[in-house]
Amino acid sequence: MVGKLGDVLTRALDLPLGYAINWGRIWSLWPVHLETACCSVEFGAASGPRYDVERFGIIEAFGSLRQCDLIVVQGTVTRKMAPRLRMVYDQMPDPKYVIAMGACAITGGLYIDSYNVLPGIDGIVPVDVYVPGCPPRPETLIQGCMLLQEKIKRSKIR
Amino acid sequence: MGLEIVKETEEDRLMTLSVGPQHPGSGHFRFTIKVDGDYIVYCDPDPGYVHRGEEKMCEYRNFIQNIPHLERPVIHDSTNITYSYSLAVEELTNIQVPLRGQYIRALASELNRQVYTLYWLGIYGIFLGHSTMFMWPVGDRELFIDLLEALTGARVTHAFNIPGGIRNDMPEGFKDRCLRQVAYFEKRLDEYEDIFYNNPLFRQRTEGVGVLTKEDAIKLGVTGSVLRASGIPFDVRKAEPYDVYNEIDFKVQYMKTGDSFARSMVPFLDMRESCQIIRTLLDKMPQSGEVRAKLQPNPKGPAGESYKRVESGRGALGYYIVSDGTPKPYRVKLSVGSFRNMLALPYLLIGSKLADMPSIYWSLNYWPVEADR
Amino acid sequence: MSSNQSKTQNDSNQKGKATESPQTSLSTKTEAAVPEFEASIINQLVTRFTDKVIKVVYVRPGRTKILVPPNEIVNVALFIKDTIGLDHAESVSGTDYPKDDQIEVIYHLSSYSDEKLSSHVLALSTRVDRNDSRLQSLIDVFKSAEYHERETFEMLGVYFEGHPRNDRFLLPEDWADIPPLRKEFRIKGR
Repeated sequence: MVGKLGDVLTRALDLPLGYAINWGRIWSLWPVHLETACCSVEFGAASGPRYDVERFGIIEAFGSLRQCDLIVVQGTVTRKMAPRLRMVYDQMPDPKYVIAMGACAITGGLYIDSYNVLPGIDGIVPVDVYVPGCPPRPETLIQGCMLLQEKIKRSKIR
Repeated sequence: MGLEIVKETEEDRLMTLSVGPQHPGSGHFRFTIKVDGDYIVYCDPDPGYVHRGEEKMCEYRNFIQNIPHLERPVIHDSTNITYSYSLAVEELTNIQVPLRGQYIRALASELNRQVYTLYWLGIYGIFLGHSTMFMWPVGDRELFIDLLEALTGARVTHAFNIPGGIRNDMPEGFKDRCLRQVAYFEKRLDEYEDIFYNNPLFRQRTEGVGVLTKEDAIKLGVTGSVLRASGIPFDVRKAEPYDVYNEIDFKVQYMKTGDSFARSMVPFLDMRESCQIIRTLLDKMPQSGEVRAKLQPNPKGPAGESYKRVESGRGALGYYIVSDGTPKPYRVKLSVGSFRNMLALPYLLIGSKLADMPSIYWSLNYWPVEADR
Repeated sequence: MSSNQSKTQNDSNQKGKATESPQTSLSTKTEAAVPEFEASIINQLVTRFTDKVIKVVYVRPGRTKILVPPNEIVNVALFIKDTIGLDHAESVSGTDYPKDDQIEVIYHLSSYSDEKLSSHVLALSTRVDRNDSRLQSLIDVFKSAEYHERETFEMLGVYFEGHPRNDRFLLPEDWADIPPLRKEFRIKGR
């Protein structure tokens, strides 16, 4: 009986409350400070004064990663870095999102035949948005963030 | 039951910290330190998180195909790392570069030096918590990147230098744009000095911290601005001039104190000198001419080896290439500035306070992607 | 492939379309003569240790290379540091020659304190057997070679005796394959 009540409430409140919750999530995506390889230069440039991601609410919170909800995997992930990436992903609280930035994070990119490089991060973490480029321009990264915002808008509260 | 007083042993007092790859103060690099209260007593660097096997990959591609992946280790200073490679390959395959190509190559190298130093200053600001020191250099860097984009076609990964010269000529009106940018930037450098280097908090955090004496700098074999901050005026462009640098007159900037403040000041003085060099290069450049030597589709030379070095933004970058007569190199070894400067990290951190760690670590000019190759 | 011929820098253009001759300071005006300053360094070495120990591979303007047997390398290095005056190692690397069944370890040495020597790089090389590659470490002579030697151990399998840590450095901790820079290690697909 209580379970049924819970279901009814969730479905009734989904439209108004869900909109408010998603609005809050969209405009305050905080990325973890985890640079994986050379694309971090363009991420740094995106936080600069010309391509300002801070107006989208994306502030690189230098606190602990327990307060963050976005990982931007910037560049090549090597076999030494892969377990640490998974550990960082596991420590983040729900809901969390992953952006794969750069060709090396999507499929291994230029380094696909190296002995120490993972061909893409799909095997370790579930990816939401893929941003291609080598390295992607800061505007491309901002477009990737906007796509992620669209995706969050369509999601339901749980 | 009686209470036992437990004696505190040496091991109980030390705490092990792992400043790991996910840390706002370390980048993609890990080092383990043991602290006794506030002082660091042990440090062990652990690189390799971005080791992509560059040297092995070079053996499977021919000389020209190696350029794109070789410029990724130092992505924000990519012209210099391919400059050194092109010089070494030109020596092996006996290619002569036309004069105008050499001048434009040197000009791109100087512009990259500015771009690199500005990014380094920006990240230094993040480490010290000075957010203006992040915003101003990164903003000014965008203007230089516009220039480089007009010259080469890409923001950071130019693939501009190839063995034999450069890929394409300067566009029209580039010289005036460049001179205007340099004039604007020199005025900005005076503002930087006021806001960043004359700031009493910055001085307190960096003066007297992590002193590297002259003898130790020579013994540890450090390079670049770390070496010049300890009193040794060594610059590859002056000691062993390559291309057109023997016609350019400039002074090697150095300081004698060897602390973190000197290591932060020397790149800034280098930037000022670099503006002068850009003006001289634009002045002396021949007005017309070829920029690239004609190459065979698969250039190759007789069996031999060569070692060439170039002054990149970080220090002396050397390439040791062995060729066996085929179009693919037999062995390529990069000797990068970060790997050599890493030896000074445990040496300087032991005995200093934990709070001084960011300023020592970043002033040593260490970029993990370059050291791992 | 293992013998390097000595050539001067002034080879005229065979493949270049140069409008004016580029001026590099490494191009001397001598035709086939051996440069003097570099020759004097080599002569000092050859007089101190005999011809049997030092084999001169090439002498070029600014670059020289000598080959010594592995058991003499510490003595030669001490002489280079104390008498000739080169004071640090720029890089230490190894090359795998499976055809000769040897691995060549090469130290590039240069100087910061002496001005005339600072443009000169002396390559000190030695060859060890591929199947049993052990070598005396030069860490007591040139401290700057510490991390480079550790990397050569990891990438090629050359064990340096006297080095405090012959350990994993750049590769992941669970690397279970042969050292990657050996020629029998093929990368996938090629």
